[in-house]
Amino acid sequence: MTATKPGVGERIVHKEFPPITRHRLALYCGASGDHNPIHVDLDFAKKAGFPDVFSHGMLIMAYLGQALTDAVPPSRIRSFSTRFAAITQLGAKLTCEGTVAELLEQDGEKRARLTLTTKDETGEIKLAGEAIIAL
Amino acid sequence: MVDQSAVGREFTPVIARVEPGRLRFFLDTLGEGNSLYRDENAARAAGFSDRPVPPTYLFCLEMMDATEPFEFLTALNIDLARVLHGEQRFDYYAPVVVGDTLTFRPKVTGVTDKKGGAMTLVVVETRVTNQDGVHVADTSRTVVIRNPRPS
Repeated sequence: MTATKPGVGERIVHKEFPPITRHRLALYCGASGDHNPIHVDLDFAKKAGFPDVFSHGMLIMAYLGQALTDAVPPSRIRSFSTRFAAITQLGAKLTCEGTVAELLEQDGEKRARLTLTTKDETGEIKLAGEAIIAL
Repeated sequence: MVDQSAVGREFTPVIARVEPGRLRFFLDTLGEGNSLYRDENAARAAGFSDRPVPPTYLFCLEMMDATEPFEFLTALNIDLARVLHGEQRFDYYAPVVVGDTLTFRPKVTGVTDKKGGAMTLVVVETRVTNQDGVHVADTSRTVVIRNPRPS
């Protein structure tokens, strides 16, 4: 963070990511250790009642985390949480954003609560979360 | 179906090492270009003893080094094909950097039925400590189980 403190309502996180591909899901399967076949094996996904494979929620949260630490050094992040609001389909073009919702003092430290969202190109919310950061 | 008797169940602790090669694969997969995660000097200049891990990487380390990555599902008799990730939370208390060896201790802390039993939410909280015994983080994972309709 810079010396100037962010104000409530200020958008400090914003990043766009390339469309989700099958290749990306395969790479993430290996890179993350999450080998749940539902994300990479079309036969398995169909048998489970889904029309196609879909993204790991944690891949989308990793993108949100990347957008967050582009704006805030990791050493200042006290907590980071999300709700997975909707399944992220193949081809989704994601935009991650974060806005200062509140300034607060906790454990003798000045902090800010950020509200975070990840939306696809239609504006549907995929992830809704928050982070507490030290100022 | 999972019920309240699952609350308090603990699973095999996972010991995971933060290895630079595996971390680089993760960074490349995400197109992560932040030099802090890739360059030791940039990390040191920012006050870390070595390259830190990205905010969600703890989740990956636990799965990568678990002998049985979906142990809690098997132990609770939950079908992997019926599980969705509902929520995820990380609380950070101290840095985690390349070279650290972490211990993850997962425990079920909540079971809630939703929509008249159509779904069950299971919360697994995991305490994470490092090689010096420092409590570096807590993680909390909520999984949503799509229960089969009673026939």
